[in-house]
Amino acid sequence: MSPVPLFVAIPLGAAFLIPMLGIWWKKSGEVLAALSTVILAVMAILSIGSTAVTHHMGGWAPPVGIALVSDGLTVLLLIAVNVVAFLCILFSLKYMTAYSGLPKYYSLFMLMVAGMNGVVVSGDLFNLYVFLEIASIASYALVAFGTEADELEAGFKYLVLGSVASVMILFAIGTVYAVTGTLNMADAAREISLRFSGAGAMNPALLLAAAMFLMGFSLKAALVPFHAWLPDAHPSAPAPISAMLSGVVIKSLGVYAICRVFFHVFGFDPNVTSSVILANSMIWLAVLSIIIGGLVAVGQWDYKRLLAYSSIGQVGYVILGLGVGARVLATGGPRSLAALAILGGLFHLLNHAAFKSLLFLSSGAIQHATGTRDMKQMGGLRDKMPITSATTNLAALSISGVPPFSGFWSKLIILIAVVKAEHYVVAGIAIVMAFVTLVYYVKVQREIIFGSVRGAVEKAKEVPAAMYVPLIILAIVCVGFGLLYPVFGYRILEPARDALLNGAEYVKLVLG
Amino acid sequence: MKGLSLIVKTISDFVVAFIIIFGAYIVLYGHLTPGGGFAGGVIIASAFILLMLAHGREVAFSKLGERAAHILDSAGALAFLLIGWAGVVGGYFFMNVFGRGEQFRLLSSGMILPANIAIAFKVASSLFLVFSALAIFRRRSFRSMIEGELR
Repeated sequence: MSPVPLFVAIPLGAAFLIPMLGIWWKKSGEVLAALSTVILAVMAILSIGSTAVTHHMGGWAPPVGIALVSDGLTVLLLIAVNVVAFLCILFSLKYMTAYSGLPKYYSLFMLMVAGMNGVVVSGDLFNLYVFLEIASIASYALVAFGTEADELEAGFKYLVLGSVASVMILFAIGTVYAVTGTLNMADAAREISLRFSGAGAMNPALLLAAAMFLMGFSLKAALVPFHAWLPDAHPSAPAPISAMLSGVVIKSLGVYAICRVFFHVFGFDPNVTSSVILANSMIWLAVLSIIIGGLVAVGQWDYKRLLAYSSIGQVGYVILGLGVGARVLATGGPRSLAALAILGGLFHLLNHAAFKSLLFLSSGAIQHATGTRDMKQMGGLRDKMPITSATTNLAALSISGVPPFSGFWSKLIILIAVVKAEHYVVAGIAIVMAFVTLVYYVKVQREIIFGSVRGAVEKAKEVPAAMYVPLIILAIVCVGFGLLYPVFGYRILEPARDALLNGAEYVKLVLG
Repeated sequence: MKGLSLIVKTISDFVVAFIIIFGAYIVLYGHLTPGGGFAGGVIIASAFILLMLAHGREVAFSKLGERAAHILDSAGALAFLLIGWAGVVGGYFFMNVFGRGEQFRLLSSGMILPANIAIAFKVASSLFLVFSALAIFRRRSFRSMIEGELR
């Protein structure tokens, strides 16, 4: 039996065991969550380079039965989700002791991981929706976990907007089902390509479904203009949850779902006129996110809020790479160029998972030590908290695209692809906004890390090892992704890129 | 007097047992007739909710304690997951490896019946807990509300 269902079964089992055992055994959450996430992380890393497989639930072959699919793109996301989840649990062990109701926290955390893994391995649109809801509902509760007024407000805002997105997605799935008569993604893809390739225009009902998918998943991915929940939700959540939300939730529920649905189910076929519209709207959303996320981040003085706006901008870069790749495919351009753009987008996705979760965890460490998130009350952290400052510094350099760190290479690949695809204005905006990214991370360095010790920092001490070890691991990953691309790139990123490029392969993999 | 009027209390005491029996029937015959774990679980939960509406929180919690409901809630979900795991024997998650039995008998169709029972426990206890969480706030008299606002 393939290990694919275990990615859902293990966290789900842990999520239900923790509250039950938590009645008698107070440490059940810590022990079981750490144990299951370490197993998941090891399983995800071991699945690197594995051949693409399909698991038929209950022995029923698709399109009748439910299939779990693991291809290159799935493996990429599984690694990001499970490794970041493990490090966040490691960080939580010490950080979350300030909160009460910990079995509930770990139970919700494992439910969120189960939901994300489920979204990533699901081969079926309706199961994708169900797992998306599991992950979203767990994250609504986790955002409000502190139950202060701000946190409840942010959680409620996220709940309302997230539910709007879910309704849109469900409606789109219903429309796809009405047109194609199937919920299996590979079967729907085959049906759509059989009926509409070469026909010039797609069924208007499918176009409506595509628009609603784009809106729903963009809201989950927090692309501008659907980003309103994110700048409240990310700062209000406990730091490990902010790291999960920004590092992997918006990617697995938003970016991954966009990739899977648009590249595989709808397909970017040069013979279908509407696929250019789809690709263009992805680029538009990406450019808007890059501009607005970047410019608003400059003006923030709340450290976590700055990071939240920065997430919007960086996810914009991810979608820009994917959107340009999609446009090249849709206009019948060279496949090698599309491959380059998609590779850049996926590389930035992986890098952003590493450095943004590092930045949010370090913001948690700083808040733990100084008791504030206000950058005006900080300064000179380098002297008081050397390890946290060094890792924060490294992540800031990496995200703002300073060579030789990982963010530089992924942004470089995206920019080369955008220029080669002859979108000069977009490329210009992306370059200028990359400098703006540097501007607000220089602001972070100046206000928090360097300078003289002032304000709340005077009484700060370095956080305990349980909190800085995850920071160090993530910092090593940030440097490693930059320098060791030739070592791991062809094993993690290139299978994911090939999976996205060859929609026909996916259909063959699932339907046999 | 706590809860609703004597008439409501008497009638609800009388029907609660029947509602639970009907719910159990819907659960147990879910694989043969319309219904199943979710529908039956909702019906069973509605019996406890009726108790809570008629008599107040304390009486309902004396029948099904909050802690017991929490345990049943997780145990139902775990049992469902374990049924899924049992299918691994046959090579696939959720494979129906149990004996299928004779068609249209109560003990037939393999794992569907135990899965329905597990779901019923999960749904009944979760809905009861959701309702008890909604009923956590106590009613203040109108007068004290006005006074609170004036203050």
